[in-house]
Amino acid sequence: MHYDAIIIGASMSGLAAGIRLAYFDKRVLILERHYAYGGLNSYYRLDGRDFDVGLHAVTNFCNPTDRSAPLSKLLRQLRLTRDDFDLRPQRYSQIKFPDKRLRFSNDFALLEEQVASEFPESAERFRKFVADLREFNDTDLSKPYVSARKTLEERLGDPLLIEMLLCPIMYYGSAEPHDMDFTQFVTMFKSLFLEGFGRPPDGVRKIIKALVKKYRAVGGEIRMNSGVAKIDTNRGCMRGVTLDNGETLTADVVFSSAGYVETMALCGDETTQPSPDETGAVSFVESIAILDTPPAKLGHDATIVFFNDSETFTYAPPNDLVDLRSGVVCCPNNYEDHEHLTEGIFRVTWLASPTAWFALSEPAYREAKARCNEHFRNVLDSYIPGGRDRIVCTDMFTPLTIQRFTGHRNGAVYGSPKKRRDGCTPVESLYICGTDQGFLGIVGAMLSGITVANLHVLSKA
Amino acid sequence: MGDLNVKKIILDIISIVAPDADLSDVKSDVRLRDQLEMDSMDFLDIVMELRKRYKIEVPKEDYPKLASLDSCVEYLSPKFAALTPA
Repeated sequence: MHYDAIIIGASMSGLAAGIRLAYFDKRVLILERHYAYGGLNSYYRLDGRDFDVGLHAVTNFCNPTDRSAPLSKLLRQLRLTRDDFDLRPQRYSQIKFPDKRLRFSNDFALLEEQVASEFPESAERFRKFVADLREFNDTDLSKPYVSARKTLEERLGDPLLIEMLLCPIMYYGSAEPHDMDFTQFVTMFKSLFLEGFGRPPDGVRKIIKALVKKYRAVGGEIRMNSGVAKIDTNRGCMRGVTLDNGETLTADVVFSSAGYVETMALCGDETTQPSPDETGAVSFVESIAILDTPPAKLGHDATIVFFNDSETFTYAPPNDLVDLRSGVVCCPNNYEDHEHLTEGIFRVTWLASPTAWFALSEPAYREAKARCNEHFRNVLDSYIPGGRDRIVCTDMFTPLTIQRFTGHRNGAVYGSPKKRRDGCTPVESLYICGTDQGFLGIVGAMLSGITVANLHVLSKA
Repeated sequence: MGDLNVKKIILDIISIVAPDADLSDVKSDVRLRDQLEMDSMDFLDIVMELRKRYKIEVPKEDYPKLASLDSCVEYLSPKFAALTPA
C-alpha cells in the first residue's frame, strides 16, 4: 500500500501534521503503537475517573482578539474554532522559593508588579528585558544555540530572580539539565508569562478528540495498535515502513513523532545513529490523588505552584530516584469554570532519575513508588492541612511508565537536548515532528506538526 | 469570470483560512497583509485553497502577485478564465 505521507505516532504533533496534509488532499496514514491517542499528552480512566497524562496546563492561552498568538494561528491552520478546545483560564499560579514568592496569572501586569515589589533593584532591567523578548522572533527555525542562563545573567543580574524565572520554564519544557537554549527560553517565557495557562473542563481529552475528529473528517486514515518495527531506507532515502506484524507500506514522506534518537534507531543504519548524549535524560515522577473535596474549598486556590525549597535551584536528573527539593503542584480544579468537578485533583511532579528507576527490581520498584506516595502525602498536607485524610484514590507515573507508554527512551518527556528545528534528519524524506523538533508545550506540539508539514510537503508541491 | 467574482472567491477563501479576520471593509488596493494581520502561514493557505478548490497553481515566485484584492483579480482572472471554456 502506498501513501503520500505516513506519520508515526497519533500524538498531538502527528495529528496536527495529519490534518494539514489530509485537508489538502494528501493520502495520509497515522500509525500508533498504543491503543490510546495523544502520545506524551494522553488520558485514561481508572476506577471510573478521568485522568490526564502530562497536561498541567495548556500554555499559550490567549485572547480571541490576539490573532497573531500561537494558539490563534494553530486554530486557523487546523480549521478549528476556540470552542473545539474549550480552554478556560487559570486563577493564578506561583513560584515559591524559600525567601521569596512570585505570583503570576494570565495578566502579565501581575508578574511585573510582583517582580517590582520583590526585586525593586531589578525592576527596570526586567521591564526592558521583557520588552525585548516581545520583539524576539523565536519561531525563526535557524537561530543558533545560545545559553539562556548566560543571557539572563547579562540582562537581569540578580541570581535569585533568574532562578525563579527559570524554575517554571525549565519544568515545563527543558530537555537539557541546568540550562536551556535561549530561543526555547523565549518561546516558554511568552507561552507561560506573556500568554498564560488554560485548561478544558474535560481535560486534555477534549483537545485530542477534537484533533482525531478533524483528522478523520478530512479523510485521514489512522491505525491503532500498529507499531512501526522499521523505517525502510535505500541509499539514504526513506522508502516506507515495516510494521510490527511484518506488513510493509511505502510513502513519499514519513513524519515521525517518536523522538529523534528513537526514529533513527528505527532506520537501523549504523552510520546515522546519534551519539548517546543525544538521548534525553530529564524525566519526572508524578503522584496524583483524587480528594473528596476540591482544593479551593480546603483553602488552596492556586492553579500551579512551582516550588523550590533549597538554597539553590537544581534542574537535572538526580543521583537518587527523586529530587524532592523542587517540583510542581498542580490543581486542575483551580481553573475558571471547573466547578463541575466535585472531587479534587492534586498532582505533584518531581525530577527523577531514569537510570535509578530502570535499575530497580519489581518489588523494589513497587516499594519506591510507595515511598514517593508518602512524600506526596507530606506535600499535600503542607498545602492542605489534613489533605491526606481526604484522599479517595491515588495513581503515579515514573520514567518507566513514560518509556513504556510513549517509547521515549529514558522516559524523557522533553526528548533530546539537541533539537532539530527544521525537522530534517540525515535520511531523505524522513522528518521529525513533536518534542524533538523543539516547539514546546501542547500548542507547540501542534504547531510543530503544522510547521514540518507546511515546510516539507505543502509549500513544496 | 468577472472581477467581482474573483474578489468574492478570494474573500471566501480568506474567510476559510482566517475566520477570525474582519472582512467587512477590505480595501481592494491595500495589501491584504497590512489590513488583515495575515502571516506567511495564512498566505500559504490561500495558495493551497486555490489549488484544492479550483486546481489553480500559483508558483512561489508569483506569491507577491496575491498581495491585494486588485492584484489578485489581475493575476487570477486569466487563470480562472482558462478553467471555464467560453
